[in-house]
Formats: sequence, structure tokens, C-alpha cells
Amino acid sequence: MGEYFTLFIGAVLINNFVLTKFLGLCIFFGISKNLNASIGMGMAVTSVMTMSSILAWLVYNFVLEPFGLTFLSTIVFVVLVASFVQLLELIIKKQAPALYNMWGIYLLLIATNCIVLAVPLLNVENNHSFLLSIVFTIGSGLGFALAIILMASLREKLAYADVPKPLQGTGIAFILAGMLSLAFLGFSGML
Amino acid sequence: MNTAIMIIVVMVGVGAVFGFVLAFANKKFAMEVNPLIEEVEDILPKGQCGACGFAGCAKYAEAVVEDPEVAPNLCVPGKAAVAAKVAELTGKSAEAAEPHYAHLKCRGTKTAAAYAYEYQGVPDCAAAKLIQGGPKGCKFGCIGFGNCVAACPFEAMTMGDDGLPVVDKDKCTGCGKCASTCPQSIIELLPFTAKVAVSCSSHEKGADARKKCTAACLGCGLCMRGCTHEAIKIDKFLAVVDPSICKSCEEPTCFAKCPTKAIEAIVGAAKKEEQSA
Repeated sequence: MGEYFTLFIGAVLINNFVLTKFLGLCIFFGISKNLNASIGMGMAVTSVMTMSSILAWLVYNFVLEPFGLTFLSTIVFVVLVASFVQLLELIIKKQAPALYNMWGIYLLLIATNCIVLAVPLLNVENNHSFLLSIVFTIGSGLGFALAIILMASLREKLAYADVPKPLQGTGIAFILAGMLSLAFLGFSGML
Repeated sequence: MNTAIMIIVVMVGVGAVFGFVLAFANKKFAMEVNPLIEEVEDILPKGQCGACGFAGCAKYAEAVVEDPEVAPNLCVPGKAAVAAKVAELTGKSAEAAEPHYAHLKCRGTKTAAAYAYEYQGVPDCAAAKLIQGGPKGCKFGCIGFGNCVAACPFEAMTMGDDGLPVVDKDKCTGCGKCASTCPQSIIELLPFTAKVAVSCSSHEKGADARKKCTAACLGCGLCMRGCTHEAIKIDKFLAVVDPSICKSCEEPTCFAKCPTKAIEAIVGAAKKEEQSA
């Protein structure tokens, strides 16, 4: 039990995927202009990550490892994640149009994003069991959601501030993300 | 050698499996999109203003093609031309909606209006309104930070130097985005047939209104008595014109006696009518 909790907190706060590992930055900076979109994106990424990493774990443990082809994991995971997201988009578009209207458009953005690929690769690297990899994935998704929601709230406030011309837009966003990252550094000694 | 074969087998295998799954899913979860919807969407002005009542031009195109109840003339910026084409494509009958334009009910410029305090906060009308109703003495008037100008999807509004927004009647499509954004709710949509308009929203008593703004409506009623068609009423010290009665007046005389010029004749109304006819 303790191990699961440690891993979860580690993924959310201490080794936050966006702020400590610097993954998923193009979604992070692209969507965080709008708070509602960010909440939707956070949920979308978490769900896609969970489902695709379960699939990746199954493929790794039942196909790649028995045949000693673990070196193929990167390329196989890429194919897996991309096809899976495409499949998900088709299904959601037909079965749940309301859900599709809410965050279907984000699916294309996260299809081959590094953050979705990183999770199965890290699970493989750390030899996580099935349950452990699910906990780790959900934790990383929630960590991403936390980071992007925080960033969006800050950026909406920033829209009223007097930013110097050369830094407006992406420039000040990067500086802000850097400060946020520094703040999260405070969690590093926690466990 | 064995490994090489296994690599090929696994890669081809995974690729093939997903290829088939996706091809199958594409067939099974296929959604038919009516090509007519795209044709209709092409004609719409695509300002995504929402005046039709739908969330964007694409949604309106979908609704007007699929739903027999949705009228083809709901696109306000599109005016008669778009309504006629949409009606032709969807096989529905159309009468063009009467064109409107945005009119600001305030003439409280920086010189005309008295200021209660100097505001140094966020340059946003809704934000300034939170601080005792705005920096002007008159709490009904235009706050002047341009939320309406920013909201206009057709760039028909600019902020004047005197602190009031200016509407370009040629570009204004009457979509109403500015009116719904204004936190004071002092932008109204007038038809181009309107002959006079009251440019004040103050419900203050005459003397108080005059102290707070030299261009205010005092509610004195001189316009009401000067109106030959009974189109004007005084509601809580503010004159209100009924545009449906007012438009039939050939020679308006109501505004002549106004002591503050809060009610004035509209210039250029006839010009626009000629353009859209």
C-alpha cells in the first residue's frame, strides 16, 4: 500500500511530468491560455494515458518480452499509441458526440505527444507490475492536469498585466513556467 | 537470424493488427456528413458571432439543413443576401430579418461627465464596475475601457478619444455581441429605420443627473410633449422611444426642445436603407 501511495505522490508532485521532467510542453503552452480548455485537456490526457499505457503494458509483457524483442519497445509503443488514439477518436465521435464536442479536438494534439509515450516507456524501465503501472500512469496524468490548470489560471490573470512587448505571449509564459518549476522543486526532499 | 525474423514478424504483426482494427472501426463507426451542410457553411459570413442563436456558423449550417423548424434567415450579419441563398439551398422560404446596428445609450464623454474618483486599476469595464459602479459620477453611464470594442467580431467598433466607443454603421452587422458584453447594458440594437434615439441611460432625477453629466437626460418630458405620434414615454426620469411607432414619422420635431441634447435625430439612416435595398 505504501509503495503505491509513494509512487502516486511521486508522479504528481515530486517528479511532475511537465514541471520536473519537461514533457508535454507543446500541449502545456498551447492550451493553457484558456482555463476551461485546460481542464478538458487535463482530463483528456489522463484518460488517454491510462488506456494506452495499459495496452502498452500488455503488449510488452505478452508479445515483446517472451520473444526477447524489448529493444523494439519504443517504436511499437509509438504505433500503439497513435493507432489507439485514432481508434478512440472514431469511437467517441460516434458513441458520445457530447463528449466529443467537449474535448474531442484535443485528441489529435495528444496522439503522438512525448508525454503519452513517456509513461509506458518509464513503466517498462522501472519494471512496474500491472497495478503499479496503472497507479503511476494515473498519477502522471493528474500531475499534468494540475500543472496545466495552475498555468491556465496564472495566464488568464497575466492577460491584464503590463508585459513588455518583446516578452508578450510565449516569452512570459516560459518565464512563468520556469518559476512554477522552481516552486515544485520544493517538493523534492519530500519522500 | 532468428531475431531478425522475429522483429519482422512482430512489427508486421502489430502494424497489421492495428491496420485491420482501424479499417474495421472506420467502417463500423462511420458517420455520414451531409455535403449540403458544408455548402451552407461556405455561404455564411463565419464571424462565429452567435447572433443566430447557435454556437458558431458550423452549428447553424448543421441545424438549418437537418432541422425543418430552423429558419434560413437567422444569420443577422448575412442579411438578405445570405438568407436568400440559404433558403434556396435548403428549400425553405425566407424573409430577411430587419437589419439593426449598435447604438450606445450614453454621451458622457470625458468632458461632459463628472468623475467621482481617479481609477487606476485593471483597464476593463467589468472590473471598474466592481469599484462603486465605475469612476464616473453617473453610475449608469459608459465606463469607457472598451470591452465592447474587443468583443466585436467584425471590427466595427473603435474607442474614441473622448472615452466613448464609436460604431461604424457600415461595418456593424447588428449581431449584438457588444450589447451582451457591456456590463452596464447600455448598448441597444436599433433598426436602420429609427429616426431618433435617446443617448442616455441615467435614471437619476433631473437636477442630480445634470450635476453628474451635462449631456444627461433629465426626464423633463419636453420630447414626450413634442412627439406627434406618442412614441416617447418617460420611465423613471429617462425618455424611452418606441422604434416601431417612431419610424413612421416623416418630420421628427421631438428633439428640438431637448435642453441637453440627450435625444437626437439619427443622420444617415436613409443612406443605409438604400444600400441594403
